[in-house]
Amino acid sequence: MSTPNKSFLLVSRSGPYGSAQAREALDIALAGAAFNQTIDILFMDDGVLQLLPDQDPTGINQKNLAKTLPMLKLYDVANIYAEQHSLAVRGLLGETLVLDCKVIDSGAAGRLIAAADMVLGG
Amino acid sequence: MNYTIAIYGAPCSSQAPDTAYNFVQALLARGHGVYRLFFYMDGVQNASTLATPPQDEVNIPQRWAELIREHQLDAVVCVAAALRRGLLDEGEASRHEKPASNVTEPFTISGLGQLVEAGIESDRLITFGP
Repeated sequence: MSTPNKSFLLVSRSGPYGSAQAREALDIALAGAAFNQTIDILFMDDGVLQLLPDQDPTGINQKNLAKTLPMLKLYDVANIYAEQHSLAVRGLLGETLVLDCKVIDSGAAGRLIAAADMVLGG
Repeated sequence: MNYTIAIYGAPCSSQAPDTAYNFVQALLARGHGVYRLFFYMDGVQNASTLATPPQDEVNIPQRWAELIREHQLDAVVCVAAALRRGLLDEGEASRHEKPASNVTEPFTISGLGQLVEAGIESDRLITFGP
């Protein structure tokens, strides 16, 4: 097993349902944390919709992603960010989200991506 | 430099695998190393031995297999994503009592940890797709 600790940033940009992308991106974060790597997550674009409370996808035969997201805390995912403009254009700025996120503007999101050793798409 | 390439798009519905393929070829032509190709999400479809596109279209899975063999690259398919989509090697087919398998060498089925490990070991990790 490798020892160097790199900073990973997972950028999750898909809505919670309609495709498997959000769920499979979340699995990357959980796998990364299991490797004892510093992993941060940035929700942006439609990805911020994953953070909506009161999700109930039983009618579309899907698992509730909002119930898996809190596992990020158990897995020691270091920082969870949500991009401000993505929240704002979807009317979610100031809404209660399922995760305690740091809301950052697009400039800060860019700096976060630039500063990470490894950026993982999701 | 040592690269890992993550491929998330399926060959029949996304341009991503073709772009990734061209990128890998360019890397090799310039003398860079490819630490691992990691096929995830719909990208696991790139490992199917049963893909049969019309003859006037590129057979992307076959082309990957040739490139991987030629350069002896490490090509890993995520097991969870693969099983969900019906991509199984002989071992998985037998374990899950399925009548057929469609993943074989030069592809290896393994866990998502292989993507993270590759990220740790590589200088660059580039995602293509979906």
